[in-house]
Parts: sequence; structure tokens; C-alpha cells
Amino acid sequence: MIDYWPLLGILVVVVGFALRFNPLLVVAVAAIATGLLGHMPFLNVLGALGHAFNENRYVSIIWIVLPVIGLLERYGLQERARTLIANMRGATTGRLLIVYLGLRQLLAAVGLTSVMGHAQTVRPLLAPMALAAAEKEHGSLDEKTAGEVKAIAAATDNVGLFFGEDIFLAIASILLIQGALASFGIQLTPFQLSIWAIPSAICAFLIHGARLFLLDWRLRRRR
Amino acid sequence: MINLHWLYILTGAIFAAFAIGCARETSNPKRFGSAVFWGLLAFSFWFGDLLTDVGNGVLVLVLAAVAGTGLIGRGSTDNAGSEDRQRSSDRYGNKLFLPALIIPFTAFVGTLLFNYTPLKAAGVIDTKAVTLVLLGVGVILALIVCFGWLKPPPLAPVEEGSRLMNAVGWAAVLPQMLAALGAIFAAAGVGTTIGALVSGIIPQGSVFLAVLVYALGMVMFTMIMGNAFAAFPVMAAAIGVPILVHADGGNAAVIGAVGMLSGFCGTLMTPMAANFNIVPVALLELKSQYAVVRAQVPTALVLLAANIAILYLAGFHL
Repeated sequence: MIDYWPLLGILVVVVGFALRFNPLLVVAVAAIATGLLGHMPFLNVLGALGHAFNENRYVSIIWIVLPVIGLLERYGLQERARTLIANMRGATTGRLLIVYLGLRQLLAAVGLTSVMGHAQTVRPLLAPMALAAAEKEHGSLDEKTAGEVKAIAAATDNVGLFFGEDIFLAIASILLIQGALASFGIQLTPFQLSIWAIPSAICAFLIHGARLFLLDWRLRRRR
Repeated sequence: MINLHWLYILTGAIFAAFAIGCARETSNPKRFGSAVFWGLLAFSFWFGDLLTDVGNGVLVLVLAAVAGTGLIGRGSTDNAGSEDRQRSSDRYGNKLFLPALIIPFTAFVGTLLFNYTPLKAAGVIDTKAVTLVLLGVGVILALIVCFGWLKPPPLAPVEEGSRLMNAVGWAAVLPQMLAALGAIFAAAGVGTTIGALVSGIIPQGSVFLAVLVYALGMVMFTMIMGNAFAAFPVMAAAIGVPILVHADGGNAAVIGAVGMLSGFCGTLMTPMAANFNIVPVALLELKSQYAVVRAQVPTALVLLAANIAILYLAGFHL
């Protein structure tokens, strides 16, 4: 007999997010609820939550870049990024993002996953450049359109990272696949796995690239 | 050996600086709540290993309570006006990009140096921590260059850093919190239950439908857990290995690799993958919490269809 009760924890997350409670609160409540429904004593749940939070601190290290980014913004970095693109002939939002997508995939494919990222490159450089390119071509943007351009810049970073990194042999997900299959007696090398990430990477570039190409066309029609 | 603990000390110091920066920010009506929030994170980075698990659990609940009761918030404006920034931008020109590129450049050169010189064998840097160590080195180098060149007031990095940190707010801790939730899900057996549910609905005799359930299962489970790593072992055990590889004779490398990538399509569509989908919303100051997810859904769906086609064709017909 399978115990379905712990699945209610998922429901807590979905309902909590939908009702727009603070996500940190929702996640904490969901964690406690899931543990209790899984028949763990309260102190064990609390301990497991605390232990996992402590073990995962490395996830939050990225914020140490903020003093540098903030300082450079004070001296006009975003304005400079805009000026650079505004003076560049033929630079459109779509083309700029397509170049970034390809670069992000290539660098991730050789293991350089943290060279770019939302805090390091998207906020200070890519998003202002994408906006400047759109404004140069299509005049000033309303707030909704500006938000869409910034969101697609962030999306481009994610797509490039996800569908580039698995081509690299020593990335965590390839090692995880290798380990999981090995536990069923299926022995594969990282190379055998990572080569099969290439077709998906090409599809990702074509699909997202086509959307970025259409973005220029959509922005043009808006005027 | 330089390992994660060095970085935890550095990160703790920077969060402590954010806390102090916040407390001094008189334009922020919620400055003390915010200062407590970032101060608790500094405490966690410095002393988390000295606390018991339950002690850390209490810390997590307090963080959630401070954020959940609306005690944290941001101040009114940025410190330099937009005219000042434009003037400064014109004055320094394109050279302003150089310090900004120090962080990516350090990661780039450092990774190459580490992997292709005897540095790796020397054991100076913990192999598991090398990308994060290089991030820390890049930040310190960039700060030194900025101070030498731009000569900002001494507290400027703290003020500007805490201004940005408050703009991000609670979203900064959400990825770490969700990782902890994933651990609880695993401990309570959520994964095995979902695996059993999914393998129960496999239709007999159709390879294509089995591939479809496998890929969609990866997507659904990834959307729930926020990352494909938790989903993969469960889906491999439920469908991938017993049905697709053993019963139907599929190519295990394709089933493994493209199965994981189908999960990545799920990562693009869920707010649970907070560091990719919610953090940039805060960093870019977007109106809707789901703006980035919405921008990704069309790419993710078409790409999922492509992945299913690759699974079916390359997995069974090549």
C-alpha cells in the first residue's frame, strides 16, 4: 500500500503560491507538513529542514557579486551598456539575444557555466543592451513591452545554460545520469551520454533563436 | 586547502555588511526588519556548522517568519541620480565594462588554469568548490580595481550592494529554501510515491506512449521539485530502465541524456526553480512574478516535443 499523504505537501506549495502568500513562508510550511504527513516526529522534520538548509548554503553565495555590480551601476554601467548598443549599427534586440544565446551555449558546453548569469551579466549588461536596441529601432517602449524584453533576456540566459551544459563531460547532471543508470547495472561513459545532449542543444538554439528573430518583427509591428 | 568554508566566511561578511548598510538606510521604513533578515543569513554562513540541526531548523523558521510577516522591504531611491550616472558614464566611457568583466574573466581564465596546469594536482583549491572560489576571487579583484580607479567613498559598495540586495529581497533565499524542501520531500518518500503512480499508468505494448509518459513524467516531477536532478533517478527507476531499456530495448544513453533534458524543459516552466525563474524577476525588477516563466513556456513546449522525437527516433530506430 503506497502512502499518498505526503503528496499533500505539494498541494500546500501550489495553493500557497497561487494565493500569493510569501514563498519563503509557503515553502517552510510545506516542508513541515510533508514531514509530519510522512510520519516523521516534529523535531526530526525541523532538524532535517535545518540540516538541508545549512548544507545548501553554497546556492546563496552568488549574492557576493552585488557590491561590485551596485558600485559600477552607480558610476553609470547600465547607461554605458545602452550607449554602446545605441551606437552599434544593425544591432537589434533579437540579434543581440541570439548572439548571447549561442555564446552562452558554447561556453556552458566547455564547462564555463558561471561565466555568465542573471546577477553577473543579465542585470548589468544584457538587459539594458536589449532594451537599448529595442528603443533604438522602435522608439521608447511602454512599461509592459520593456518588461517583456527584460524577461526574454533572462529566459535566453536560462535556455543557453540548460541546453549547453550537458554537452560538457564533467557536469553534475551527466555524472548523475551515469550514476543512476550504473545502479541498474547499465555502464556508460560520460562521453556516450554527453554526445546525446548535442541534438537537443541544436534544437534549443533553433527554437529559441526563431522566437528571438520573431521578437524583432513583433516589436516592429507594435509601433 | 581553500574550500567552501573560506567562501562561507566571505559571504557571511558580505551579508553582515548588507545588514549594516540596511540599518543605516534611513529612507527605508522597514530597514530594521531587513537588517535582521540579512544579519540572520550572515549568522548562518558563519556559524551554521556550529549549530545543531534543530538549531538551524529554528533559524529557517525565523527567516521565513520575518519575510512572511512583511517585515522586510526596500528604501525609496538609488543613491546617485540618473543625471549623475549619465555624466559618470560619459566620463569613464567603455572602460567601465572592464571591471564588470573581471568576474566572468576570472571564472574563465581560472577554470582553464585550474584544469590544464598542475594547479589541480597541487591541491590548493578544493576541486568541488573551484567555480565558487573563482567567483569570490573575481569579486575581490573587481572591488580592488574599482577602488583604485573610481575612488568611491569607502562605504559605497556596501550602500549599493544592500540597495540591490533589498531589491531582490526574500527571493534571494528562496533557492536555498527550495533545496531544503527537496530534501524533506525525499525523506518523506514523495519521489517513490510519484514513481509508483507514474509507472502504474504505462499503457501496454506502445513504445511511443511509454516514451511520452517518461518524458512528461520527467517534466511534471521536475516542475514539482524545481530541478530535474531529483526527478531523474525516480523516473529512471519507474519507466526508463525497466520499460524503455529492458522491455522495449531502447538505447540507454539516449534514454538517460534526453530524459534529463526533457526534465530541463520542465525547469523552464516552474516557479519552483527559483534561482533561474524567480531571482531574475527580482533582479530585473519585473512586475509579474511569473514574467520569466511566461517568456520561457513557448520555447520549453516546442523543445519538449523535439526531445520526445529525439527519444523515440534515436532511442529506438537508429
